[in-house]
Amino acid sequence: MSETRNIAVTVNGKRYERSVDVRLTLADFLRGPLGLTGTHLGCEHGVCGACTILVDGQSARSCLMLAVQANGHEIATVEGLAPSAERLHPLQEAFRDNHGLQCGFCTPGMLMTLVEFLRDHPNPTEGEVRVAISGNLCRCTGYQGIVAAALDAAGRMRKGG
Amino acid sequence: MIGSRVERLEDRDLLRGKGRFVDDVVLPNMLHAAFVRSPHGHAAIRGIAKAQAAALPGVHAVLAREDLLPHLRNERLVVGLPSKSYKQDLNRPVLAIDEVVHVGEPVAIVVADDRYVAEDGAALVEIEYDPLPAVADCCAALAPGAPVVHRGAPHNLLAEFRMGYGDADAAFAKAAHVFSESLWQHRGGSHSIECRGAVAAYDAIEDRLTLWSSTQMPHQAMRQLCDMLGRDENRVRVVTPDIGGGFGPKLVFYPEDVATALAAIILGRPVKWIEDRREHFVATTQERDQYWDVEIAVDRDARILGIRGTIVHDHGAYTARGVNLPHNSAETVPLQYDVPAYAMNVRVALTNKVPVTPVRGAGHPQGTFAIERLLDQVAREMKLDRAEVRRRNLIPPEKMPYETRLKARGGRPVLLDSGDYPRCQAEALTRAGWSDFPARQQTARKSGRYLGIGMANYCKGTGRGPFESATVRIGPSGRVHVYTGAAAMGQGTKTMLAQVVAEQLGADLANVTVTTGDTAAIALGLGGSNSRQTVMAGSSAHVAAVKVREKTLAIAAQLLEAAAQDLEIVGDHVRVKGVPDMKVGLAMVARAVAGTAGFSLPQGMAPGLEATEHVVIDDMAHANGTAVAEVEVDVETGRVDVLRFVAVHDCGRMVHPTLVDGQIAGGTAHGIGNALYEWMGYDADAQPVTTTFADYLLVTATEMPRVEIAHQESPSPLNPLGVKGVGECGVVPVTAAVASAVEDALSPFGVRIAQTPIFPAQIVKLIEEARR
Amino acid sequence: MKPPRFDYHDPETVPEVVGLLKTLPNARMLAGGQSLMPMLNMRLALPDHLVDLNRVEGLAYIRETGGALEIGAMTRQRDIEFSQLVLERCPVMHEAILQVGHRQTRNRGTLGGSLCQLDPSAELVAVAAALEATIAVAGPKGTREIPFSGFPKTYMTPAIGPDELLTRVRFPLWPRPHGWAFVEFARRHGDFAVVSAAALLEEDRGKIKRASVTLGGVAAAPVRMKEVEKALVGQTASDALFRDACEACRKIEAMQDVHAPASYRQHLAAVLSRRALERAHARIGAAKMSS
Repeated sequence: MSETRNIAVTVNGKRYERSVDVRLTLADFLRGPLGLTGTHLGCEHGVCGACTILVDGQSARSCLMLAVQANGHEIATVEGLAPSAERLHPLQEAFRDNHGLQCGFCTPGMLMTLVEFLRDHPNPTEGEVRVAISGNLCRCTGYQGIVAAALDAAGRMRKGG
Repeated sequence: MIGSRVERLEDRDLLRGKGRFVDDVVLPNMLHAAFVRSPHGHAAIRGIAKAQAAALPGVHAVLAREDLLPHLRNERLVVGLPSKSYKQDLNRPVLAIDEVVHVGEPVAIVVADDRYVAEDGAALVEIEYDPLPAVADCCAALAPGAPVVHRGAPHNLLAEFRMGYGDADAAFAKAAHVFSESLWQHRGGSHSIECRGAVAAYDAIEDRLTLWSSTQMPHQAMRQLCDMLGRDENRVRVVTPDIGGGFGPKLVFYPEDVATALAAIILGRPVKWIEDRREHFVATTQERDQYWDVEIAVDRDARILGIRGTIVHDHGAYTARGVNLPHNSAETVPLQYDVPAYAMNVRVALTNKVPVTPVRGAGHPQGTFAIERLLDQVAREMKLDRAEVRRRNLIPPEKMPYETRLKARGGRPVLLDSGDYPRCQAEALTRAGWSDFPARQQTARKSGRYLGIGMANYCKGTGRGPFESATVRIGPSGRVHVYTGAAAMGQGTKTMLAQVVAEQLGADLANVTVTTGDTAAIALGLGGSNSRQTVMAGSSAHVAAVKVREKTLAIAAQLLEAAAQDLEIVGDHVRVKGVPDMKVGLAMVARAVAGTAGFSLPQGMAPGLEATEHVVIDDMAHANGTAVAEVEVDVETGRVDVLRFVAVHDCGRMVHPTLVDGQIAGGTAHGIGNALYEWMGYDADAQPVTTTFADYLLVTATEMPRVEIAHQESPSPLNPLGVKGVGECGVVPVTAAVASAVEDALSPFGVRIAQTPIFPAQIVKLIEEARR
Repeated sequence: MKPPRFDYHDPETVPEVVGLLKTLPNARMLAGGQSLMPMLNMRLALPDHLVDLNRVEGLAYIRETGGALEIGAMTRQRDIEFSQLVLERCPVMHEAILQVGHRQTRNRGTLGGSLCQLDPSAELVAVAAALEATIAVAGPKGTREIPFSGFPKTYMTPAIGPDELLTRVRFPLWPRPHGWAFVEFARRHGDFAVVSAAALLEEDRGKIKRASVTLGGVAAAPVRMKEVEKALVGQTASDALFRDACEACRKIEAMQDVHAPASYRQHLAAVLSRRALERAHARIGAAKMSS
């Protein structure tokens, strides 16, 4: 049988203790045992970015990490973005208002990538936004609405929105 | 409601990561499947050894064809759209019989506790293959003496047809000028970010099979399952959850859908199969090669006298949809221009590759590329402005509706319903600064920069008939429910339908729910394809909503003792205009005709507050547009950057302008991919050589310019809303516009672009050749 | 695309790693995961043992010692990107690292991982060649140093034993001011370079004193263009000099794949090396003007 390890991972501020197969990817750990299906799998070889989450505040492709590697670390996923059931994160609001999503499959990865980017670059140019999301593929939008949403969100967040 | 940029209904859940895609469907006791697929382009199967795989702890079953046969009434997926042009019927089996004919063809299904173990099991299945000669190229497939794609087949010509009208030979004989092009056109796969997938569950107590499938056509899937499994439609339910992009290939019905369903029946437990990206490259349908030899005859004034030519089209190894794709390509060539004579011979060739079916654009980009390249050549050779040549030949608006001499696949004449093509072209050129460009180009060249501008017109049939279903119902809750056979795949179908219905019933989207993609919710349906849902589902929803509105007002008139024409529906109640306190809730109205035992219904009223419509429209609503691309070519590296892209588009009356913009922008990105990046490559043994996203390049945000979009609205007379489709339109002109621009940029070298995609290495080579 | 079965080990010290590598058959080391995890997911790598280096102490640092930049093997590419020390003392590495993948890649990817993967297109590998880096490797017999020229054995295979672990890399520094450039041709932003060119120049009153010209992506390992360098040293820098010297790059035996035929790579080699030299030379001029 396959080897298992006990891990303790904090996801969106909540601590989870589980026993996992050592070969289970972080993406599958989030989606399966934790039931957090917002993180999506699009390629499983590190190109599409749909699986992007934050590890200790830094964006990473969760399909390229093992769950056991997350032991003792803090993970942030799309489910933790909105402050409440009634309110959205300014980035989510901006996506909604700027048609930044169509099918929504790449969206969680886009959002998490942009959360990190806007935190580190609160006043970006359009070109910088495009570079920032160049590791996230979208087949629906042509990136137009996403870029507009990111710039709009940057503005909102600078104003304290 | 119609025409306004309302908030999308879909966004709230999707933004929170609360979408329900097929891989999010989790059922108790669920098992997971992985397929064993052919590694060969063509081979005979000598034997399948399952024992080692089956013995692996965690594996519950290893099923090959013989295990499925007892449960199948027919083992082949008979899915081809009818056509008189077929010379062979080659329908896919659920699992390979004794021969595999493309890399990726499914041979066995392994079902296990989880996908990890299922893949472990799949690796242990031993299949003995005898490799056979594989055919990798569609032209080679038609050459005399070519090996056959299928052992038993007489040859590799799947179908042949001629499309045309008038006397092309006569036109060419008297022409002032004849120009020809030999084109290689290649398009690739769908590559929706979500791959395919299915979850099948068989309820033995109800004897019902439920399949959750990432499909664009749940009703079709249901019918296919019924036919193949010998079940009646009462016993099969297909549900489409949220789809992470469809783009065409998800409308196809696949062997994996059947195999997954059968595994669930055989094992008595739910089975999930999620396609991974590597599988998507070899098992999901795609578009590929077309080889065109085409010529145009013009008079002294550059007016088209005739067009004729041949197309060889790569069909793949089986018929997974039909010959609609090459039919569309051929049909598009003369479509929006005045072409007095036309003759296109199309041969559809088998190859040992995964089947070819439409990907967003569905053959229209190829037809557009052909005509637009020809017109560019006319302009160049006759020293006319490219825009002027087109102006002289576009069908003018005063001729609308214009019955062309083309025949649609069902046999009806192709009718251009509305559209002002010259005005669309003019607006695009103005926005793009077409007339100022030569000066800018000259200035740039002086500093060693090679800028180019290109244009393309297009026209595309949308709203493929014959109908789409819609039920509009006001329930005892007072909420407005819409059920439809339409399938949503990200384009905002639910929002669009809610707007159409809310326009009639209260103008409050919060009071409308839309259910798509569930065969149990509505009996008939076709689903998403051909940019059809706004037209077809929208029309049915509109007509149904109008009927429900009339009945609502009539009942409310009785309840309020007022005249129906004095009433209006606002939010969730009906009130007297100008007297807001005189009102009755929609809930009450609905209950008034829901029936109470022993009591009569209101005077003259039939039971229920609902209407189901299947508006039949056989003619397609033709959308059109003009694209202008500005590029810079680095002549030392061959790199092409698209600096600007202007898209002026006419999809009739727009239900939601922002959603339309989104479709144009997305289609443009896909088109730039087809023009410069996407190549689905195979070697001479029909082995795919681009099998990951490292090799197969999708555009990212850094390759995209901002797409400047403007709209014209020529309402369609074909449907009550005046709408046309838009989902695939953005992609159609892009390869032509970009090729035109690249050629313009490289005009000092005299380079001709006769292919799509065009890669940097080829541009460098073309420049070198031109220099010699 | 799920990884195959393997036994997992997460040691915390270098000696522990060496000990594991000595005894475990068919073991692979997991650094940033940006190369190995895709291979595991695609089952192109089938190790029996996975040795995770992410908890090993003391392998992540950037410091300047003795005229060189010493960077630990497990230093994240992100940290190299944001290092002020790298930006000031080894700007060619900074320019190169901005072109490595995307933010998510660099957050996890490591220097050592990239070097051991030895992808022909890898930017950091080309930089190591350009600077004549020395690679320190720990094994059962202790530590040994490998000059970069001896590091690539064959295609994507470094000359280190199965029981050895790359621990740090020393990059000799070029004196200030010097000219530098890392220029690459990639199909899309962040893609592996089809061809890259790293140029370093030292000039004395317009005459080239020292030159380093390295081409990546052309052959299995980065190619130091000694012929080009020789043609430059002692000459007065000029566009014509660069163009003529770089023609020699067309003769490199080049790889062929779905992305580019060999002849195109040779062509790019000549073009990019020239552009890199032009940019490096311009930077010396700019540095002199601002000093």
